[in-house]
Amino acid sequence: MFELSQEHEDFRKVVRDFAEKEVAPHIAQWDRDEHFPTDLVPKMGELGLFGLVVPEEYGGSAGEGQGDFTSLCVAIEELGRVDQSIGITLSAGVGLGINPILTYGSDEQKARYLPDLVAGRALAGFGLTEPEAGSDAGATRTRATREGDDWVINGAKAFITNSGTDITSVVTVTARTGTNDDGSARISAVMVPSGTPGFTVEPAYHKLGWHVSDTHGLTFEDCRVPASNLLGTEGDGFKQFLKTLDDGRIAISALAVGCAQACLELATGYASTRVAFGRPIGVNQGISFQVADLAVMVEAARLLTYKAAWLKDELHEGRRTVREVKHAAAIAKLHSTEAAVTATRIATQVFGGNGFMEEYPVARFYRDAKILEIGEGTSEVQRMLIARGLGLPQA
Amino acid sequence: MNIVVCVKYVPDAQAERTFNASDNTTDRENVDGLLSELDEYAVEAALKLVEAGEGEVTVVTVGPDQAADAIKKALQMGADKGVHVKDDAIHGSDAIATSLVLAEAIKKIGSPDLVVTGMASTDGTMGVVPTMLAERLGLPAVTYASELTVDGAKATIRRDGDVSTQTIEATLPALISVTDQINEPRYPSFKGIMAAKKKPVEEWSLADLGVEAGQVGLDAAWTKVEAFAARPPRSQGEIVTDEGDGGKKLAEFLASRKFI
Ligand SMILES: Cc1cc2nc3c(=O)[nH]c(=O)nc-3n(C[C@H](O)[C@H](O)[C@H](O)COP(=O)(O)OP(=O)(O)OC[C@H]3O[C@@H](n4cnc5c(N)ncnc54)[C@H](O)[C@@H]3O)c2cc1C
Repeated sequence: MFELSQEHEDFRKVVRDFAEKEVAPHIAQWDRDEHFPTDLVPKMGELGLFGLVVPEEYGGSAGEGQGDFTSLCVAIEELGRVDQSIGITLSAGVGLGINPILTYGSDEQKARYLPDLVAGRALAGFGLTEPEAGSDAGATRTRATREGDDWVINGAKAFITNSGTDITSVVTVTARTGTNDDGSARISAVMVPSGTPGFTVEPAYHKLGWHVSDTHGLTFEDCRVPASNLLGTEGDGFKQFLKTLDDGRIAISALAVGCAQACLELATGYASTRVAFGRPIGVNQGISFQVADLAVMVEAARLLTYKAAWLKDELHEGRRTVREVKHAAAIAKLHSTEAAVTATRIATQVFGGNGFMEEYPVARFYRDAKILEIGEGTSEVQRMLIARGLGLPQA
Repeated sequence: MNIVVCVKYVPDAQAERTFNASDNTTDRENVDGLLSELDEYAVEAALKLVEAGEGEVTVVTVGPDQAADAIKKALQMGADKGVHVKDDAIHGSDAIATSLVLAEAIKKIGSPDLVVTGMASTDGTMGVVPTMLAERLGLPAVTYASELTVDGAKATIRRDGDVSTQTIEATLPALISVTDQINEPRYPSFKGIMAAKKKPVEEWSLADLGVEAGQVGLDAAWTKVEAFAARPPRSQGEIVTDEGDGGKKLAEFLASRKFI
């Protein structure tokens, strides 16, 4: 069976220490101000967080017995335990920003972008979702047309993470580049550097949660990039993003574990100290059983997450199949994110009126959790994938 | 430049700390331990010097089995090798015995250009081991450095006092203790954690150092903890009621505590 190594546990301690010292003291203020802490990103880079799945030649630490997907999940969980926005900044930074470039980029593209992304000097985004194409991402309307040595892009993307920070260097977007023989859209991924004329980053959204994470709509009006900015092979975009999302799901699952873990710790502490009717509220089974349930949720979510991460690392070493990982990733994401949402509801209830106050972090976790069930594939989409994996008949 | 950094494994200062009832020594069973935070500054200072030039950083600790964690953390931060002196006879040693063991260990390591320590430990907080160690090694003791530069065979430090700031020079080899103002200790990176696995750590006993068991430990200690008691819970602070003179009263209060 799989287990976390001593090095994973040592690394967990360091990231926890980092999150408690560099994030926790400021997070309430950042959240109130909807402030993206640009200065934190290079510090995360120094810790090696962006390079865990990137080979050494680009400044990372990946390799057998070295950095791996599991260690990335540990980092996301521990950041997410202190704040979900910071956790998603890492998760999206690696999973959506770095991963497609690393997996499909040419040597030249990799050499150009990865060192800065790994060091935390830059961030990259991945633009798949559109106002009219979310779960059904294949319905992409954004178009890239070849004109001479350029791709000319027109269209819009919605809800793109890390796309508008001061250090965002590039956004990879999916676009139609033609029509397949069967009439379906040919989708390709094109890299659009920040500041390219015709590429507009719309003002940041005001969100229910994830206030500290950077999210923007993007518009493209006759936006020209060189033909060499195509990522991978023309027409492969659909396959590419499906694969990118599989990995992202495990990362979101780790983020959900951090959320549930925080709820468990906060609720345990409060239930032990808050006095009502002359005794700590945790004396009542009505409270203690709910806290016990939180512990079970955390444990189950964590096991499913690290099982999926382990499978992914094993796949990387050629010892597992893509199908196994896909299935485990969807199961983990579905279970962990729903557990996290439930956990925030329970924790907030344990805190009573204080749980509704922004002075208490449970309130922030309550707002932050909901998106976990939506981003990188909704719970419904996860169920579709799981059902498909079971071989059930498809529409 | 070769540097030895002395590091101590201490009970987590954030946690509830207690003593053993049997011999009034620190209870290590019921509390997590870690590298003394004040020693992280010493490790960082040494790493910075070596990274700017060349040489090796060796960390040495005197402590029980778990003290290996303090060495590990320093190696993860980037130190090159570790020495762990452990011996049941060391249990309960005071600063005098600790400095003796450290001095013998440092002699065995070789003749470093610099010995760097934190300014005190976060548990004992006596802050005397650095000077005792310098005395035993016959090195200049340059203590409480809030800034440190080394140029050739000369070390220069800044020492901040209450009323003055001193600039002090010493010729190498020297012993330097550093304050928490000197730098921002780094977090171990993931690479550092993986690299630490392969770094050598030697374990020495008292016999390896030629120190007699009778020279150390609780019985040889010059000082003894007679009794211990938990600090009473904090009493409520003084409330200043503003009757038009609130500012003045506040200032008087702060002045009486020497805060201003
Ligand atoms: C804060 C935030 C950050 C994001 N970051 C990114 C990013 O970086 N990059 C990116 O590309 N996208 C990003 N997204 C977009 C996100 O992935 C999508 O919102 C998500 O996939 C859902 O798509 P949608 O919003 O279009 O909802 P829809 O697809 O319109 O879904 C609406 C509802 O219908 C359900 N539904 C849809 N189809 C079916 C079906 N066949 N069967 C059953 N139910 C169905 C869905 O589950 C959902 O409940 C982000 C979103 C948010 C809110």
